[in-house]
Amino acid sequence: MQKLLGSNFLKKAIFLAATFGLVQLLIVTGVINPFIMDTLTTICINIILAVSLNLITGFTGQFSLGHAGFMSIGAYTCTIITLRVPTTLGFITGLLAGAILAALVGAVVGLPTLRLRGDYLAIATLGMAEIIRIIFLNLDITNGAAGLFNNNQYVNWFWLFLFTAGTVVLISNFIKSSHGRACISIREDEIAAEAVGINSTKYKVTAFVMGAFFAGIAGSMHSSYFYFIKPDLFGFLKSINILVIVVFGGLGSISGSIIAAILLALISTSLQSIPELQMVIYAAMLITIMLFRPQGLMGSKELSLSLFKKWSSLIHRKNGGEA
Amino acid sequence: MLEITDLNVHFGVIHAIKGISIKVNEGEIVTLIGANGAGKTTTLRTVSGLKKLSSGTITLNGMDITHSSAQDRVKMGISHVPEGRRIFSTMTVLENLELGAYLRRDKSEIAKDLSMVYERFPILADRKKQAAGTLSGGEQQMLAMGRALMSRPKLLCLDEPSMGLAPLLVQEIFDIIRDINEKGTTILLVEQNASMALQIANRAYVMETGSITLTGTGAELMQSDDIKKAYLGG
Repeated sequence: MQKLLGSNFLKKAIFLAATFGLVQLLIVTGVINPFIMDTLTTICINIILAVSLNLITGFTGQFSLGHAGFMSIGAYTCTIITLRVPTTLGFITGLLAGAILAALVGAVVGLPTLRLRGDYLAIATLGMAEIIRIIFLNLDITNGAAGLFNNNQYVNWFWLFLFTAGTVVLISNFIKSSHGRACISIREDEIAAEAVGINSTKYKVTAFVMGAFFAGIAGSMHSSYFYFIKPDLFGFLKSINILVIVVFGGLGSISGSIIAAILLALISTSLQSIPELQMVIYAAMLITIMLFRPQGLMGSKELSLSLFKKWSSLIHRKNGGEA
Repeated sequence: MLEITDLNVHFGVIHAIKGISIKVNEGEIVTLIGANGAGKTTTLRTVSGLKKLSSGTITLNGMDITHSSAQDRVKMGISHVPEGRRIFSTMTVLENLELGAYLRRDKSEIAKDLSMVYERFPILADRKKQAAGTLSGGEQQMLAMGRALMSRPKLLCLDEPSMGLAPLLVQEIFDIIRDINEKGTTILLVEQNASMALQIANRAYVMETGSITLTGTGAELMQSDDIKKAYLGG
């Protein structure tokens, strides 16, 4: 267990508990109103999606455009189960079932397609997500294009926080483990990784299945918080949006994904008052930022205390030099 | 130690390796020389399991490894230094070396091998915290060799270690290869720099368009007129 949670366990636990407590307090006191809560939920779901896609694309180097497909599997499974068992237990069962089903589909799709590289893999995963969408569009149990309406909202801040923090902690500890090192080495150079004895297929599939699992969780939470799902929500554009967060934050940086998910959600929320220009400004901002930081906000670095120290010493040196 | 018999390799419809047989005895340095596209690298990759063969057999110490995976071959003691070094460039030097010992679980022995590698390549010890991509070409070659040594190989396969290096560095790398061999590691060396390779090799095979055209001891081939003309420049 200690190994799973990683080092600095106490510090992290205190930080997480404090974050949870603070937001919970703000919710209880009414500072966070339902509108802010919607944004907060979007941020949490996007964090799960971005961090899990970062595992596949940023750390293992497999360019996937099918994340929305896995998300939709989670969303539909969870909704179908909660509609029949409308309790919190039903929701959790649905969420886990959705995540496991997404992971299974990830394994079935990943085994043959991960032999492909780069753009070929991107096209194959894109096709997979479209197939999943078309299936949901035509099944009776998913109610086709009209979608499903789930009139119970089980996701609250507790569940949101639990699954978001859980995803981040699990994936970042996976990255730091020897398995994660193996994944990164595949991104760096697959032939060299094979040459030192790393089974590249095994790790590519592992990363892909893990990513799919967490995307399933994100989908389940989305369906339970926002009541309504339909196949169109999980189209090509959704996968691209997730990829934008990952690239924006930095391929290979978990803290980058988190920061990007928060920033982008805040930007698009604050632009909601000017709907005509919303997408134009959003896109212009993305282009500007990518021009000046093509490696993403964080590059492949993580936000940490030592990074702050480095920055402060840099600033210090600069000021000293000028004086 | 290593025996390749009647090896055939295809890339799609192209017949790249046409029925070659190579033998490497324990403790030897054997080199494969030849022009571009002769099939040297492909042969080496087939030995370390990075490329699938079409027919033929490969045995290591009498054990058939023809269909073993690359991981299993690393476990059995074959280590491959790929062409163009292929280090993990955003990782540190130390992380690169640690990955070389990826399949090993004997921590204390790994630590010993790490200090052995640092002793052999002191520059790597100086730069252990540095990103590997920032090393010079020669240092990267040393890192690639060090990484391969971290799996404690019995047979070290080197693919063009002299590629893109200054003559002085080439000499240094070849001295190191000879030294590694003297400490008990058998070496299979693929080289375009024929004169350097023949100088340190016990035996050599000359490859041309997928076949072996000539074989003999390093000294014999150095004297051969054909070799002089084709590879040694007169």
